[in-house]
Amino acid sequence: MAARNQPMREALRKALREEMLRDERVFVMGEEVGKWQGTHRITRGFYEEFGARRVRDTPISEMAICGAAVGAAMAGLRPVAEMMTINFAFLALDAIVNHAAKIRYMFDGQFSVPLVFRAASGWGDQATASHSHAPEPIFAHFPGLYVAAPATPGDAYGMLKTAIRDENPVLFSESIALYPKPGPVPDDEEYLVPVGEGAIRREGADVTLVAWARGVEWSLQAARQLEREGVDCEVVDMRWLRPLDMDLVYDSFRKTNRCVIVEESLPMYSFGSEIAAGIQEDMFDYMDAPVKRVSAMDLPLPYARDIELMALPDADKVVAAVKEIV
Amino acid sequence: MDIANGAALPDRDTLLDWYRQMVLIREFEETCYELYEEKRITGVYLHLYSGQEAVGVGALAAIEPRDHAITSYRDHGVALARGVDPGPLMAEMMGKRSGVSGGKGGSMHLASREHNFWGGFAIVGGHLPLAAGIALEAQYSGRDEVVLCFVGDGSSNNGYFHEALNLSAVWRLPVVWLIENNLYGMGTHIDEASGQPLLHKRAVAYGMRDGGRIDGQDVVAVNCALDEAVAHARSEGPVLLEALTYRYRGHGVSDRQYNLRLKDELEEWKAERDPITRLSTCLEEAHPDSRPAMSALEQAARDQVLAAVKFAEESPAPDADDLVRNVYVE
Repeated sequence: MAARNQPMREALRKALREEMLRDERVFVMGEEVGKWQGTHRITRGFYEEFGARRVRDTPISEMAICGAAVGAAMAGLRPVAEMMTINFAFLALDAIVNHAAKIRYMFDGQFSVPLVFRAASGWGDQATASHSHAPEPIFAHFPGLYVAAPATPGDAYGMLKTAIRDENPVLFSESIALYPKPGPVPDDEEYLVPVGEGAIRREGADVTLVAWARGVEWSLQAARQLEREGVDCEVVDMRWLRPLDMDLVYDSFRKTNRCVIVEESLPMYSFGSEIAAGIQEDMFDYMDAPVKRVSAMDLPLPYARDIELMALPDADKVVAAVKEIV
Repeated sequence: MDIANGAALPDRDTLLDWYRQMVLIREFEETCYELYEEKRITGVYLHLYSGQEAVGVGALAAIEPRDHAITSYRDHGVALARGVDPGPLMAEMMGKRSGVSGGKGGSMHLASREHNFWGGFAIVGGHLPLAAGIALEAQYSGRDEVVLCFVGDGSSNNGYFHEALNLSAVWRLPVVWLIENNLYGMGTHIDEASGQPLLHKRAVAYGMRDGGRIDGQDVVAVNCALDEAVAHARSEGPVLLEALTYRYRGHGVSDRQYNLRLKDELEEWKAERDPITRLSTCLEEAHPDSRPAMSALEQAARDQVLAAVKFAEESPAPDADDLVRNVYVE
């Protein structure tokens, strides 16, 4: 497939623009998405191209942004509501969890809620505790919602298109650290990544590394380093935190019998806990070593650069975890 | 007791139709109360509309079928006044598959898409931005439809109220925000919960039309004010108004102290301002021949609710397949 090398930011912009051109019902709303050109420049040029009707600047009102997106989706539009950062989505947790995720079920299918909550996520720029979350697992806790978290520009492109076209509400996490990183983006407006389908990023025989978003990058770095030391890692990119492609994890685990889970989020009640629990329940007979987890430390993040980075996962921590079980 | 403060009285058929709806709601709600006492309706949440009938009936008579209605968890009366069949509503109370929400939503989550009744919502204030979003869809699509959003006085003090009303004003959305001020958010009186207990005055803060405070026990006054508010919303943008009303059965059926605690106040509202008594008095004065028609409507309401209870009790419960259905659009 023909592809162009583009940063994730451009891949997201391309996907969103093409979907707006394809479907009149798709519109964007959020803080600074219009005249400001988008805080992260995902909607750069949209206001000029599509106008104020379809590129809707909002007040700083996260509850109203998410709640109005739910109402508009129930009534037949396909809102793409932007949370400037995922930290602010906490203000709208009720609209997302109690309304977007539950309305279809509570009214037994009378309504559907086809919308996307886009949210810029992650830490690492001395943003301090309140602005340094990778809380995707919180949202993935709730049935009724899908949670997407792409690791590559190509996936960002295909997954955002899928999310916009899907009939269900999707929390779409975009890692701020990955926005500028380039990768191949398919030259195909119909390129869609199916909901709940993970991907193998690197094949290997000795250890399965399970990750999402930035964790994939650290896992690949760790795998390259470990290769030099004679350890062959397989890297599984889950891509969707809900639904979770456990079959892909299990297929890999049957081969390697060892697993390290890598995530940007906090350790308690986490993605790592979930994957590890699944492996011990369903793959017990294949286990040759304890399942290890690499995550942020169980702390709020500090400002000072020297200690901020100590609290965070990286490739070295993945390497260390792998060495404990091989 | 005067009705409508001198507003032109609608014709006899209209008044009788409102009377029909109001006695149906009262009969339905009082039956729900009895069924709950008898444990034929179970659960912990059942928020009854007895006493507030004139607000729902008068307001919904001001919008058209193509328009939209949405409300809080005190939603039975709004559903009935919107024309939803009492049978599937009662079945929902009883958690039956034939309920409007398949037995999965219960008393607080009644809705009927075909009636453009978008639901009862149980989180206080949660439906307010939904109303804005539904209005946005109509505006976006170029249809001049209006959303009538019932707002409890209790929800006027959480963040949803502020954010949703402000957004509706910024975008000039066609929403009528109708506060049903029954004086209490659960057990806390509005004077103790709001720095400005004249809730309609908040319209000024949002730069939207202030529709004033109306007598919510007077169906004609409610309808008259709503006619004007709906016309404004359809052509200009949002309106906030407030209907003063009173609930007869407490916050919910589990509120067992309510009648005792507020006995005198409750008795006074029932004796002096009951919306059904006031409408019947008005009808008898304006149309002395209407008593037999009213009696027939009262009997019809009893029959209709009895039939609804029978339908609900004879309906099957949802099963294991229903349990897992409609989490997602498959």
